[in-house]
Amino acid sequence: MLSKRIIPCLDVKNGRTVKGVNFNNLMDAGDPVQLAYEYYKQGADELVLLDITATLEGRETFINVVKDVAKAISIPFTVGGGISKPEQVEALLKAGADKVSINSAALQNPNLITTLANAFGSQCVVVAIDAINNQGNWEVVSHSGTKETIWDPFEWAKKAESLGAGEILLTSYSSDGTQMGYAIDLTAKISESLKIPVIASGGAGCKEHFLEVLTLGKADAALAAGVFHFGKLSIKEVKQYLNDNGIVIRL
Amino acid sequence: MRIGIINYGAGNIASVKNALDKLGVNSIVSSNPIELNDVDKIIFPGVGHAKEAMANLQNSGLDRFIKTTQKPLLGICLGMQLLGSYSEEGGTNGLGVFDFEVKKFNINLKCPHMGWNRITNSKSPLFKGINDNAWLYFVHSYYVPISGNSIAAANYQVDFCIAVNSQNFWGVQFHPEKSGDDGLQILKNFIELC
Repeated sequence: MLSKRIIPCLDVKNGRTVKGVNFNNLMDAGDPVQLAYEYYKQGADELVLLDITATLEGRETFINVVKDVAKAISIPFTVGGGISKPEQVEALLKAGADKVSINSAALQNPNLITTLANAFGSQCVVVAIDAINNQGNWEVVSHSGTKETIWDPFEWAKKAESLGAGEILLTSYSSDGTQMGYAIDLTAKISESLKIPVIASGGAGCKEHFLEVLTLGKADAALAAGVFHFGKLSIKEVKQYLNDNGIVIRL
Repeated sequence: MRIGIINYGAGNIASVKNALDKLGVNSIVSSNPIELNDVDKIIFPGVGHAKEAMANLQNSGLDRFIKTTQKPLLGICLGMQLLGSYSEEGGTNGLGVFDFEVKKFNINLKCPHMGWNRITNSKSPLFKGINDNAWLYFVHSYYVPISGNSIAAANYQVDFCIAVNSQNFWGVQFHPEKSGDDGLQILKNFIELC
């Protein structure tokens, strides 16, 4: 039996975790390596590290964070943020990352997905899709939600799969940060239409939301950030709750 | 004790090296058969495409080295699959150390098989201290059918082989270097007991 996965996400800027972090037992809650280790020990199934730095110096710092995280944990992790070239992917994989997520660059040049899949294997190419609900219609946005695109997420997800993506990281920008629950219908429709796994993201606020997206939402994995960072929920209690409600989950 | 990690351009070498460092085990990463002859045990990792990986092994002469080594050797993921006689991935012959044929998952579940899957294991020294029903981490679209050399199995709509052994050759389908504490224990078992 395959377990559903619970995946905390860390946003890293200039080598530090951003978004508020509230762990009493951490000496330095801004250190992504320490935080990654803490999540690993709590039972996270994978991690995602997003580099939200814009500068070149910041990017070099990020590579060092990836190296240190790889040394600290023994579970898979995905890195993303500003990836557009095979050389960047090679450097990140060499630093110890297992997968990379690409987003805006894939929308600009969909063949990038195939290039990366051929060079490094589909299993390490995660295509991140950011969607917003525009008066009932789902639309794909790029550049952290600042730009419109021609795609609807259902078509774009199918296209990404056919080009060689190994996994889809689907974020509802309409629910991200709200802690009001995942976009269930969007996630279910995309997950059902694909052969590759779908990670749901955006909106987790309580244990029930995880259960909902892994059942009704048909997601293979659920990603969350704020709800874990602020200490509102621990990974352990979420996984215990899912297990108690009949979800196949690694405890 | 020194471990040689085979580098043939198709593996997440950094992860395996990191895992051995965590265990405090001395290791080298090499694509040179002469250097690899100088270690005690060998790890043969691998992610990527079977056909390309075989071509890389043949071009570097590592195929001969792997087939003929007397040292304990552990193939991981694609590394295990390449130890078989044939793979449907690219329709390529394998190294032929084992006589299994690697098949593509023909199931209506998500593919690749990606994530933590429960296993059932036998009493092999490789799994000493690992609970039956332990969770280990997998990423693959092709699988090894259960055969006489299987020492552990898992189910993903079909039952399939996740570990093999014959003489000095060992193989695991999961990624011990990414399977948390249990994975590290399995690597430790290979180093100390196999």
